Amino acid sequence: MARVDVRKTYKLYIGGAFPRSESGHSYEVTDSKGAFMANAALASRKDARDAVVAARKAFGGWAARTAYNRAQILYRIAEVMEDRRPQFVDAVYRCEGGSTARANKVVDEAIDRLVWYAGWADKIGQVTGSANPVAGPFFNLSTPEPTGVVAVLAPQASSLLGLVSVIAPAITTGNVVVVVSSHQRPLPAVTFAEVLATSDVPGGVVNVLTGDAATVGPWLAAHMDVNAIDLTGVAGDAELARNLEIAAADNLKRVRRAPAAETDWSTEPGLEPMTWLLETKTVWHPIGI
Amino acid sequence: MTQTTTTAASDQFADVTASDATLRRFLHGLPGVDQVGAEARAAGLGTRSIKTSAKEFAIDLAIRMVDLTTLEGQDTPGKVRALASKAMRPDPADPTCPQTAAVCVYPDLVATAKEVLGASADSTTGAQVNVAAVATAFPSGRASLAIKLADTRDAVAAGADEIDMVIDRGAFLSGRYLQVFEEIVAVREACERPDGSSAHLKVIFETGELQTYDNVRRASWLAMMAGGHFIKTSTGKVQPAATLPVTLVMLEAVRDFRAATGQMVGVKPAGGIRTTKDAIKYLVMVNEVAGPDWLDPDWFRFGASTLLNDLLMQRTKMLTGRYSGPDYFTLD
Repeated sequence: MARVDVRKTYKLYIGGAFPRSESGHSYEVTDSKGAFMANAALASRKDARDAVVAARKAFGGWAARTAYNRAQILYRIAEVMEDRRPQFVDAVYRCEGGSTARANKVVDEAIDRLVWYAGWADKIGQVTGSANPVAGPFFNLSTPEPTGVVAVLAPQASSLLGLVSVIAPAITTGNVVVVVSSHQRPLPAVTFAEVLATSDVPGGVVNVLTGDAATVGPWLAAHMDVNAIDLTGVAGDAELARNLEIAAADNLKRVRRAPAAETDWSTEPGLEPMTWLLETKTVWHPIGI
Repeated sequence: MTQTTTTAASDQFADVTASDATLRRFLHGLPGVDQVGAEARAAGLGTRSIKTSAKEFAIDLAIRMVDLTTLEGQDTPGKVRALASKAMRPDPADPTCPQTAAVCVYPDLVATAKEVLGASADSTTGAQVNVAAVATAFPSGRASLAIKLADTRDAVAAGADEIDMVIDRGAFLSGRYLQVFEEIVAVREACERPDGSSAHLKVIFETGELQTYDNVRRASWLAMMAGGHFIKTSTGKVQPAATLPVTLVMLEAVRDFRAATGQMVGVKPAGGIRTTKDAIKYLVMVNEVAGPDWLDPDWFRFGASTLLNDLLMQRTKMLTGRYSGPDYFTLD
């Protein structure tokens, strides 16, 4: 007798747990050739709300960790991804098409990107902070601090490398993230969430919603408890990007504007993906005593 | 505030409360609570979906029912003033937001709260934010009767409109019901002011220490027969505090008490109610179990502190259409 298939339920990742969508909705995910792959949970506005609550709860603890410890955890994510490499290669190959050689290269780059950011965690403060010269007997020190809860609309085409490239800089700098994955290619994001759950990242630091940025995005953009929004995932949709920017203006969110077309993620990202999520705190301290 | 007289009820139960033996016979003769049934009923009522205009109504009603509470050793006059200001204008950005029912503080801070709330009459309804004081050696109730009564008189003299007393759980659990009864009666008498009016008395059972629903039902009847104006679940210092099934049992008791005597007694769950969703579950239960007459701040209260912020956030969400955040409300 043939063995019964054990099919996987692709769920959301909120506050360190894997719930189904509050709405109970799911949607069909097809591979690059249009064949059915799986049903993924379709995140609703209430999932976004729950994710923001979970993120806010996790923010204090994550921001208070030493940069050194955050580096260790980012490196740990890379280690665990490496361990599950075949699964990622398969997911990327099926979702994005191309060759297995290309998929292998994409997974390499995603893992290397995490290692790259892990290296930056305890160095970004030295690069962006400063000891400022002042006309008086004071130390005047500027140090970067994380912005807070960041909503990220992840790239639509690059389902793994693009996703890692928008999440990693935010958590490296001590922010917490609510990310809406690629709509058509959500499976690598779900697998990545499973890696996060097993690599010492505290629950709530990264929350992954699979679904449509056009429906969940406006709720996140208007949410008064979200401090910044990254519109990378709506690249090319100027109308939606504009509306999201208007909604985001209500509580003066930091906005990373949508590019006209999707970025080439294989190039080195530079510091901007981290620095836009840092707020500068300057303290004066008397010299002597 | 509705003044009630308890003469009729105390006459009606004169036989019952004549001695420890008759009181025990009566309380143990009350029908037992079906634990599984009560829990299932409470859980079932918790699944009702309350949306849009009904939710708006429920949120505003819940705000009006909040006894904004601070009962910490670290309370300062400044904190109580801030809390009282918040009770008067929970959402400073929105003048249509109703006042809370009361602030609940320790007796020594009553005067401070009263200072701020003195001129709190709501412009539309004329309702005043009351000051409730916990008395009788709160939260443990472990003191002699003389001290408990002095504590109560002190709070009333300082201007408290409502007194939250704790019962002697030790006496109750060891079956000395008459002692508990007489203590409640004595405290109620201590609530009287020189001008003949009286502060409202809420009787706290600390249901987390009563062990069984049967005990909760007995304590409810005991307090109602003794003339308590409100029966209250918990001090908030013991876990579990207020739960839906416990409140259900108490709501059934006040319903049955009204059927038997014609008198209404209020119910106040306190402790552990933190979200709007929870509050609405309680309101649904009040409506279904006790009846719509109890959907009024005079007859149902929430003892809470963090609940108010969540209610305000939900209220703002309904008015503006976008999710609000804790940054926009005071921390307390």
